[in-house]
Amino acid sequence: MSSPASKPASLLDASLLKPALVDSLRKLHPRDVARNPVMFVVWAGSLLTTVLVVKDVVSPRPDAAPLGFTVQVTLWLWFTVLFANFAEAVAEGRGKAQAGALRKMRKDTTARRWKDGREERVPAPDLRKGDEVICEAGDLIPGDGEVVEGIASVDESAITGESAPVIRESGGDRSAVTGGTKVLSDRIRVRISANPGDSFLDRMIGLVEGAARQKTPNEVALHILLVGLTLIFLLACVTLVPLALYSGVPLSGTAVVALLVCLIPTTIGGLLSAIGIAGMDRLLRKNVLAMSGRAVEAAGDVDTLLLDKTGTITLGNRMATELLPMPGVRMEELAEAAQLASLADETPEGRSIVTLVKDAYKMRPRELQAHHATFVPFTAQTRMSGCDLVDPKPRSIRKGAVDAIVTYVHSQGGTAPEELAHASGRIGDAGGTPLAVADGARLLGIIHLKDVVKGGIKERFDRFRAMGIRTVMITGDNPRTAAAIAREAGVDDFLAEATPEAKLALIRTEQGRGKLVAMTGDGTNDAPALAQADVGVAMNTGTQAAKEAGNMVDLDSNPTKLLEVVEVGKQLLMTRGTLTTFSIANDVAKYFAILPALFMGVFPQIAPLNVMGLSSPFSAVLSAVIFNALIIILLIPLALKGVRYRPLGAEALLRRSLLLYGVGGVIVPFVGIKVIDVLLGAVGLA
Amino acid sequence: MFSTFLTALRTCVVTMVLTGLLYPLSVTGLAQLLFPGEANGSWVKDGRGRVVGSALIGQGFTREGYFHPRPSAAGSGYDGAASSGSNLGPTSLKLKERAAAELERLRRENPDVAGPVPAELVTTSASGLDPHLSPEAARWQAARVARARGVALERVLNVVDALVEGRTFGVLGEPRVNVLLLNLALDRRFGPLPDAAPGVGGGGSPGQGAP
Amino acid sequence: MSFIGWSQILLFFALVLAVTKPLGAYLFRVLEGDTRPLPRVLGPVERLLLRLCGSADRREQTWVAYASSLLAFSLFSVLIVYGLQRAQHLLPLNPQGLGAVGPELAFNTAVSFTANTNWQSYAGESTLSYFTQMVALAWQNFVSAAAGIGVALALARGFTRRPGPDGQKTLGNFWVDVMNATLYVLLPLCLVYALFLVSQGVLQNFAPYSQGVTLEGASQTLAQGPVASQEAIKTLGTNGGGFFNANSAHPFENPTPFTNLVQMLSIFAIPAALTYTYGKMAGDTRQGWALFAAMSVLFLAGVAAVYAAEAQANPALSAAGQVAQAGNMEGKEVRYGVAASALFAAVTTAASCGAVNAMHDSFTPLGGLVPMVNMQLGEVVFGGVGAGLYGILVMVVLSVFIAGLMVGRTPEYLGKKIEAREMKLAMLYVLVFPLFTLGFSGLAAVLPQGVSSLNNAGPHGLSEILYAYTSGTANNGSAFAGLNANTPFWNVTLGVAMLGGRFLMMVPALAIAGSMVGKKVVPAGPGTFPTHGVLFTGLLVSVIVIVGALTFFPALSLSPIVEHFLAGAGKLY
Repeated sequence: MSSPASKPASLLDASLLKPALVDSLRKLHPRDVARNPVMFVVWAGSLLTTVLVVKDVVSPRPDAAPLGFTVQVTLWLWFTVLFANFAEAVAEGRGKAQAGALRKMRKDTTARRWKDGREERVPAPDLRKGDEVICEAGDLIPGDGEVVEGIASVDESAITGESAPVIRESGGDRSAVTGGTKVLSDRIRVRISANPGDSFLDRMIGLVEGAARQKTPNEVALHILLVGLTLIFLLACVTLVPLALYSGVPLSGTAVVALLVCLIPTTIGGLLSAIGIAGMDRLLRKNVLAMSGRAVEAAGDVDTLLLDKTGTITLGNRMATELLPMPGVRMEELAEAAQLASLADETPEGRSIVTLVKDAYKMRPRELQAHHATFVPFTAQTRMSGCDLVDPKPRSIRKGAVDAIVTYVHSQGGTAPEELAHASGRIGDAGGTPLAVADGARLLGIIHLKDVVKGGIKERFDRFRAMGIRTVMITGDNPRTAAAIAREAGVDDFLAEATPEAKLALIRTEQGRGKLVAMTGDGTNDAPALAQADVGVAMNTGTQAAKEAGNMVDLDSNPTKLLEVVEVGKQLLMTRGTLTTFSIANDVAKYFAILPALFMGVFPQIAPLNVMGLSSPFSAVLSAVIFNALIIILLIPLALKGVRYRPLGAEALLRRSLLLYGVGGVIVPFVGIKVIDVLLGAVGLA
Repeated sequence: MFSTFLTALRTCVVTMVLTGLLYPLSVTGLAQLLFPGEANGSWVKDGRGRVVGSALIGQGFTREGYFHPRPSAAGSGYDGAASSGSNLGPTSLKLKERAAAELERLRRENPDVAGPVPAELVTTSASGLDPHLSPEAARWQAARVARARGVALERVLNVVDALVEGRTFGVLGEPRVNVLLLNLALDRRFGPLPDAAPGVGGGGSPGQGAP
Repeated sequence: MSFIGWSQILLFFALVLAVTKPLGAYLFRVLEGDTRPLPRVLGPVERLLLRLCGSADRREQTWVAYASSLLAFSLFSVLIVYGLQRAQHLLPLNPQGLGAVGPELAFNTAVSFTANTNWQSYAGESTLSYFTQMVALAWQNFVSAAAGIGVALALARGFTRRPGPDGQKTLGNFWVDVMNATLYVLLPLCLVYALFLVSQGVLQNFAPYSQGVTLEGASQTLAQGPVASQEAIKTLGTNGGGFFNANSAHPFENPTPFTNLVQMLSIFAIPAALTYTYGKMAGDTRQGWALFAAMSVLFLAGVAAVYAAEAQANPALSAAGQVAQAGNMEGKEVRYGVAASALFAAVTTAASCGAVNAMHDSFTPLGGLVPMVNMQLGEVVFGGVGAGLYGILVMVVLSVFIAGLMVGRTPEYLGKKIEAREMKLAMLYVLVFPLFTLGFSGLAAVLPQGVSSLNNAGPHGLSEILYAYTSGTANNGSAFAGLNANTPFWNVTLGVAMLGGRFLMMVPALAIAGSMVGKKVVPAGPGTFPTHGVLFTGLLVSVIVIVGALTFFPALSLSPIVEHFLAGAGKLY
């Protein structure tokens, strides 16, 4: 992955920090703060204590808390808000850096709009959906669209990082073009498929920048939980005032605000939007464009994964692995014929036959020219290829689908041996494809072409299984072949002889059982299934229709990318969950720091509740507030990187998280607050 | 909406008749038939057949020859129509003062008894009608009772021991002595106290019993 | 603490455990199944009663219809109970000639019994006629419990029903649920139970109060009445409103340690059994046992704490070493002793019963803290009849949400996804409790109308306030009974708290049921975490404790907690 979109940036890049600092101040505007109720409470509390400080300065009261204490608490409360803003700003900054890279490729160009048979020049932003534009060699394609006429080679390295040009042509599965890519040869007419600001790129930029970010469903639900907790603690702290009044305990406004801010879930509240933005950002780094945060979240929930066999599970091309001579044919004879038939065959299968003969039978490829050979290319009608030789004697060597060769042999007056059916059946059972080789009327034997399962794919599927995701292989092969490959690749199930309709039906059945389905696809005929699937990842090389139908586009066109998408989705939820747990668990220690401090003046007997042995009531409150602010900063890296996902079972995962963030969340602040208290004492601030 | 209200009203009436009338009336009928003694108050009579109270409800004994019950917060003490605890909390000054007063009284009434006073004798019960004492609290007073009645301490203690009720099934509750039954047993064993039942003759039998 | 004390506690718990499955299976049979006992006899009765009520069609209801029925029924209940009290001097069975109950007290009592709280601002023997006790209060004891069972069933159905292709929308029929719960569960059990109580010495008569003469010749009035019939439903329906002021401490309500054990068992029986019923409804009894386990952990922790605290001597009394204290005996009956009193306190506050056999007001600070915390956990530790189940299911929603996020999946429970709407409703449910409890406590703590009713000064007075509103909002009904709650301020504010704690929590619970019932069911896989294991139970316990304890810790630290340290230091008020 070397595309500009995945430019490696260290977590807290210095160049990003400065604008982030500025942004965190800018975000103090009430309009921005009000979007996050948890932080809004902190903001309002800080404002209140500021007023109290001013009041104390203007008209000092003898019974007021020491000014040094009030001022310090106030400062740290403001820091709490700023730190949360900073977290969001850093995440946005990273997103913006990514978006900037994306934007570079979308330089505003002049488009050649084709209207009523005439060409006119308009700025690219004026193009609307449905407009048609002409692009010739050297032009930048002005927007996402579909080739409606012509064929061209296009340099898409700007988005995919792949330097080899790709062919884009009208009709078929290679008709989609992306705005910002460059036509290298020929001329095409493109129908624009997205209004300006609405292209994939635009949407993704919006998502990573945070501006257009809509909250995902789980984020909304979590938000409600956090707001609810905030209200509960607001109640607890506000009612503490009359209760303290009854008890004759003087409570300063500053102390109550400090308690409130420490109790409400500021840690997760401050980091929540950063987590969301960082999730989108992580996905983009993996070269996946998501249409919405919702889709990313859904990826984490996927139960069933539909994967095309070819290109995903197996290498796109089959390889020759074995030669099977018919009775009475020598191996050398067959090998020579196979080699001759494939020498001019530039398809991967053809090359693999040459390689096999060279490696296994030590026969060097010969010069076809020396034999005055004529190459017979493959056509859809004959379903054979091969060559005709003149020298030393005329020969017609053919290889191809077994039934096609049999027909050919018959036409030459020969017969196929009985052994043939048996051998080709055996190959089919093993998941391979038999290719027959004939020399004129003589059927020499069979080449075993094998689907080669990608290295490491089995381990990937094991990982999916551990996550609780079922994998289903989709293939056009017959069930026998499909079963063999499925077994070898380790998928849970397969759909053989798949048609687009069967694919769609399979998705609907799975969804009917309440499962969430993800699939990848590229062809136009995949579009309905991509649209139906809960997570549809379209390959960037695919058609515009497929891209429109899916909710993500993989710029690398790597179908196994789904695994990473799923992990990012899960990470997103886990990061939120663990930080929520951590945030709430922290409250225990904060209570033990602040409450004894508040009441100790009137009830010195409750000293045993000061389990941390904090040096003074002021230091206790201040330490808790400082801890509460600093923990936000300390957790920014975790929020941005995300909690590491481990493919364990759900129960093991939950146990781990509870131990780490629940129990840890109880213990850490006890230590942290104590340390801060000691430091404050050492510095003499409290 | 209207039909919901109508159903609600009808259901109220039906369930009220079922559970508020039929049910308590049937229980009363069956109870009076099966357990008339218990259903009507578990009354106990003295040696002369006079109903002297309920075996379940404590009484405020003050005379030296009787065992004394716990202090009571029910009305002015053992008021059977005003059950109540003191509801004084552990940090109540009133509680401490009251307990101190009780302690002082107990020491005055039982000058011969050394050693700490069992807690029930200075604390009020939850109902204010607690009919019981722990065996220790009864034994603690035995010397006074014996002296007042002019009998040997041993004999009084024997009466106490005979009336100790153990834990139900060996585990439930605490061992205890019913003060009214204990005092009745004293009267039976050693004769009624000389000036008992002043001015209340046979005709004074309270209107207790089955309705 | 003694071995024998612990034996009582463990014996009690063993009995609860033993009762849970058979009673739970029975409840499932009569409330959700279609085989009811004595079909020849009770079948026609059931049909007749439903016809009389106007709900013979047993039409399935949506959550809105179910909630409307509940609210309409409760509204009439409040009005009728209020009216009966106000008119009791005109009605029969009033041998003492007790006058009409005052308006605020009548309001408070009407709300209290309708809301299954049974807070008593009054002393039964000096305020209410036999007719009021029976027709108004015993009636509500039955139907408020039945309504609680109904709401629990509706929420359980919301989680466990498997929707058809067009999505299920209905949750059962409120009237049918109330009738089934009354006719097949509460009435028959109470009939037997009441007779058992009578056999042990509990009153059951309509006689006027007896004017007697004691052995010493003093006069003594003894209150009478149809006690046993009310006592049975009082505990079985987790109502807790005693016939007499002293409640289950009164020897005529709870005469022996044996009746004491049975009363405690009857308090827990239905709430515990409903967890099993729930498991049956979910088609996986382990789901029910997980709830039972979470409840048990919290309950046993509470019992241990309160027993340990009450087994301590009151330092104020043992000052000079003059008093031999085997525990804190102020406000406790000798026949139960410390262990059975501590156990009863834990049981009655864990379940939202509110009957008491000892005066919580006189408990040690920490001993009094436990009952308060039990209620503040949301009455989910077995909880009220029905209320405990729907309460803990709301806590399950919160736990599942947090757990779901932590394993990286949209949270789901029994295969149904928990989404923003359910979270909103669950948080609403959770918010109601601190709102009324802390809000009113804060108010009462500074208003003269609030403070003037206190029986104790200092932090203990604050405990009385906090306990009262906690108990009212939790629909428990027990009290730090020194508080004189029979004033207009207390009667009205507590009445409002009880209404809020009942209906503002039931309606969101039903709304959750309504939004869950139609959801598609995702089959469980290795990616879904099991909601029946030790791990989930532990998480559920932590969520309950955190939601409860974190909310109330500041208030509690100014009342029982600080009092504990003050008592240790010998400070008195």
